[in-house]
Amino acid sequence: MTDHILSQNSPAAHDIDIARSRETRRHRLNAVLRYALLTAVGLLMLYPLIWLIGASFKTNSEIFSNPGFWPENPTLDGYIKGWKTSTPYSFGTFFLNTLWIVIPKVIGTAISCTAVAYGFARFDFPGKKILFAALIATLLLPNVVTRIPQYLIFRDLGWLDSYLPLWVPSALAGDAFFVFMLVQFLRAIPRDMEEAARVDGATTWQTLIFIVVPLLMPALISVCLFQFMWTMNDFLGPLIYISSVDKYPISLALKLSIDTTEAFEWNRVLAMSVLSLAPALAVFFLAQKYFIDGISSGGIKG
Amino acid sequence: MSGDNRFLGLLYLSPFVIGLLVFTALPFIASLYLSFTNYNLMNEPVFTGLQNYIRLFTGDRTFRKSLWVTLVYVFTTVPLKLAFALFMAVILNYKLKFINVFRTAYYVPSILGGSIAIAVLWRYIFADVGLVNMGLTTLGFEPVNWFGDPTNALFTITLLRLWQFGSAMVIFLAALQSIDKTLYEAASIDGAGKWTSFVYITLPLITPVIFFNLIMQMVQAFQEFNGPYIITQGGPLKSTYLLPIYIYDEAFKRFDMGYASAIAWVLFLIIMALTLIAFWSSRHWVYYAGDKRS
Repeated sequence: MTDHILSQNSPAAHDIDIARSRETRRHRLNAVLRYALLTAVGLLMLYPLIWLIGASFKTNSEIFSNPGFWPENPTLDGYIKGWKTSTPYSFGTFFLNTLWIVIPKVIGTAISCTAVAYGFARFDFPGKKILFAALIATLLLPNVVTRIPQYLIFRDLGWLDSYLPLWVPSALAGDAFFVFMLVQFLRAIPRDMEEAARVDGATTWQTLIFIVVPLLMPALISVCLFQFMWTMNDFLGPLIYISSVDKYPISLALKLSIDTTEAFEWNRVLAMSVLSLAPALAVFFLAQKYFIDGISSGGIKG
Repeated sequence: MSGDNRFLGLLYLSPFVIGLLVFTALPFIASLYLSFTNYNLMNEPVFTGLQNYIRLFTGDRTFRKSLWVTLVYVFTTVPLKLAFALFMAVILNYKLKFINVFRTAYYVPSILGGSIAIAVLWRYIFADVGLVNMGLTTLGFEPVNWFGDPTNALFTITLLRLWQFGSAMVIFLAALQSIDKTLYEAASIDGAGKWTSFVYITLPLITPVIFFNLIMQMVQAFQEFNGPYIITQGGPLKSTYLLPIYIYDEAFKRFDMGYASAIAWVLFLIIMALTLIAFWSSRHWVYYAGDKRS
């Protein structure tokens, strides 16, 4: 054993040098291969989106003849006509409708999920285990099984063709994912500060507002961002509950525009698709850290 | 906090408890009941026993077709998506510059993919003279009839979901990065190659995450609606007529609420059965270290 180690100085050292340089060469080749593959996949993934942006400035005849990004005869035709839509309302109405669905829903989600997560993470009470099990069960319960009776309940409440069916379940912490994510986050936060505040006479309510919420902020921002994205993209909810065109969000308006104009006015549909993706893309690039953190820590579906 | 009323926690939970009772528990029971009735919104529901289920399994060819298409869709999409997400996560899990740029680029489709705009885009790029066929022709291949051919049509929906591998990949990547590097060093000293290390170290350590992704992606895939509804409208020849679309049509176009509930319950029981099988089998293949974060 010792002989072996002592002999390293002489001829063997040379061999090691060769092996080492072979190793670095292999590493470099490995890295080059990885970069090449990653870039190729990345381009393949993003090209449809890039093409979409270019195509929205193309003339109708060019959309199905030019696979490139750059329009040969750039035109704003698609945007101008698309914005007017084939309905009495402009696309601006549908954007405002979408915001009017999204913003109350996000606020309701943030408030209710914070309160519920706080209740689960910081209190003991009769039935806690059963309720937590119910939370996990809701997490796994496919919506498809509750959708029809939910529709009937909203019908009996007289809420059809309003945004209430989209707002109210979320304002009652209906998105179990977010509650679960916040509970996990809260469990990892030490309770010292909260206990100190309680000793100083703060109520649980004050402790929640002034101590827990600031600490919870990063997770809460993730929750708001995911809810924003999901609601922007939601199609089935509005499809079932909203019937008047003047209340349509962009998802339904886009579906309407394919039904009415797609046969001939392709660039209108593509231009409005670009506009409808723009808010989500902007929010994602401004806050991507929260998305990645949210998904890798909380384990959110996507 | 011992001086608190022991029901104080319930007060904070009250929104959840109300929501759970009104919008989850009640609808859940009601839908089971409705599945045994004939209910067309005009009259009161009429109890008809097992009639809906008998009709489903004996007389309804659309149901059989739709069930088959759904199973084919789930069992191709979920494994392909997980395998691709894991593969890309392994490639990314290396000391690379710009790793965040790549991670972001791959994640963008997951953020946008559920939207109607992307489904619209898919219609354009897989159209007869769309982007994909233009590309194929340029490369010297024959153009493919994507939406006219029943096999290809379902595959375009699968491709749409594969395109969104980013969220599963981010979860895999986080798990890969938490693996203790000394394990690999020890293995390579013992003469293990890259592949051996991957199979005997990496895979066992990330089985909890594989399990999580598997369940989530499966439950999601069984409920696929937007893609086929917008891109192919269930066609051609009902080759993309997934069960959620059938349920939607029965409930909200034909207003046959009882029958639609019966289909929903069959779909629910299939999802539950597969989830239970996954949970039950996980004892044999999911490896939980004492605490994977330490």
